[in-house]
Amino acid sequence: MTALLETRALSKSFGALRATRDVSFRLEPGARHALIGPNGAGKTTFINLLTGVLTPSAGTVLFKGADITRVAQAERVKLGIARTFQINRLFRGLSVLDNVYMSIAERVGAAPNMLTPAGRRRDVIDEAMDLLTRLKLADIAHKTIPELPYGRQRLVELAITLGLKPEVLLLDEPAAGVPSAESHIILDAIDALPKSIGVLIIDHDMDLVFRFAQTITVLVRGAVFAEGTPKEIGANPDVRSVYLGQATHG
Amino acid sequence: MSTPANTGTATNAAPGVGLSAAARELAERHRLRWWEALPWLLAIGFYFAFPRYLGFGTEMLITILFAISLDLALGYAGIVTLGHAAFFGAGAYTVGMLAKHGIWTEPITGLLLAAAVAGLIGLASGLVLLRTTGLTLLMLTICTMGLLEESANMAAEYTGGFDGLDSLPIQPVFGVFEFDVLYSTTQYLYVLAVLVICFVFVRTLVYSPFGHSLTGIRENTLRMHAVGAPVRTRLVVCYTISAALAGIAGALWAQANAYVNLSVLGIDRAATVLIVLVLGGYGRLYGAFVGAVVYMVLAHFLSRLYPSAWQLGLGLMLVVIALFARGGVLGIGAALWHGRGKERGPS
Repeated sequence: MTALLETRALSKSFGALRATRDVSFRLEPGARHALIGPNGAGKTTFINLLTGVLTPSAGTVLFKGADITRVAQAERVKLGIARTFQINRLFRGLSVLDNVYMSIAERVGAAPNMLTPAGRRRDVIDEAMDLLTRLKLADIAHKTIPELPYGRQRLVELAITLGLKPEVLLLDEPAAGVPSAESHIILDAIDALPKSIGVLIIDHDMDLVFRFAQTITVLVRGAVFAEGTPKEIGANPDVRSVYLGQATHG
Repeated sequence: MSTPANTGTATNAAPGVGLSAAARELAERHRLRWWEALPWLLAIGFYFAFPRYLGFGTEMLITILFAISLDLALGYAGIVTLGHAAFFGAGAYTVGMLAKHGIWTEPITGLLLAAAVAGLIGLASGLVLLRTTGLTLLMLTICTMGLLEESANMAAEYTGGFDGLDSLPIQPVFGVFEFDVLYSTTQYLYVLAVLVICFVFVRTLVYSPFGHSLTGIRENTLRMHAVGAPVRTRLVVCYTISAALAGIAGALWAQANAYVNLSVLGIDRAATVLIVLVLGGYGRLYGAFVGAVVYMVLAHFLSRLYPSAWQLGLGLMLVVIALFARGGVLGIGAALWHGRGKERGPS
């Protein structure tokens, strides 16, 4: 079976630093996959390679079996690979609705239109409001980003990406900085995603990872250290020593 | 930059919260509002009230158009430029050279030619410049303008060099309305008409999904890449349109004055239009109008009162705006408007 997203012997060096080493990785259709690893393990670099922000030094990236190693970021988004950011990247001066309108308009091809008002695209507005309703953001849709508490901003971050209706969703620490009282909204939103989407989540929060993932890949110093079900990873003494031990304390 | 993109003021929607209010605001953002008639009523009023100042008025209208062109690039798309006079000058010299050498003297088609030339220069330079951002971009825009200015200076055979070209033979508008040397009546109405057309175009553009995506690029370029927007293409298109509009403004200037000289390409003009836009409020569509009026009226009276130090007054005002009111005069107005009782609601 063809993987949704696959890397083969993927490497990336920054000068002498080998941030990604020989990573061969598969994300299956409908997967709920987690990527964990200590700080500096190269998790975000790996995401950047998958999304086309960075070009690998060696190796290939495949989407449904097709080589996309040289495909630019925007093109990969059109293919259906979308991500959220560890640190929010929002359209701060605009309203929540405008933020979500932005990605939906790109996806449905409304954005290049210069001659009819944005407000006439009721389909885009309605879809944006539906999405915001699902994420319980509808009542603050008119507010600008700085007016929102951090947890809500984090949801907007997710909402923009969900507006792209991705087939592959890469979540870079989706709940980072969100008070635990609110993080369930984010988890619920992830749980409610269509089953066909392949989701890769990067996080430090072990509760979240173990609740969410069917497969866990552990990255250490740029290389795959271990891979398995949560049960296997949890029982793996090597993983415990390099990672889990420290993280559960932290 | 965090200027609100569209300062749509209170739609008179019921202050109902939630779902429909935000959606309705977006759906109705492009609707005309009553106060949008004001600038045009004032412009027509000016024509009748100050028949002896129509030359001044014409200059003001041209400055508004030039500032609108800059607002599209700087205010909406966040393209930091200090070289926009390059396109103003390109338009002015296109009309000037064609007329002076007897090639083309019809004014309206002249505007289109000027727009095409300025747009092409915008496209060519944009393809290179817009790979950069921030200070690098700023410097490169100044360099582009400098190159054009020096070219105009050197190619004296065609451009008149330092002296420029004067007594341009421009045909009457529609073959009927002669340009009026003494009172500028024709010029004023002609420029006003062109301004209306250009403004309607820009207004349509900024409220379109394309304009919306420009504000997205301004607010977060990296995120726009991540939602799959062809960011650089959008910026180049925006810059080209902006350049063409600036070219039309320059062409109007050359036609209205029947001369063209190096001042149309200089850093002074580029800086002035930037000051006008910042004074009025950028990214606000009407900032250009307010800024041009405030700047030119102040300059007019201050230079009478203090002939040697009038720029000091403008400078101080600019400092105050930059420090305390990033939204310009229009921003202050909007804040006062919203401050009245109403929380910053879905406006």
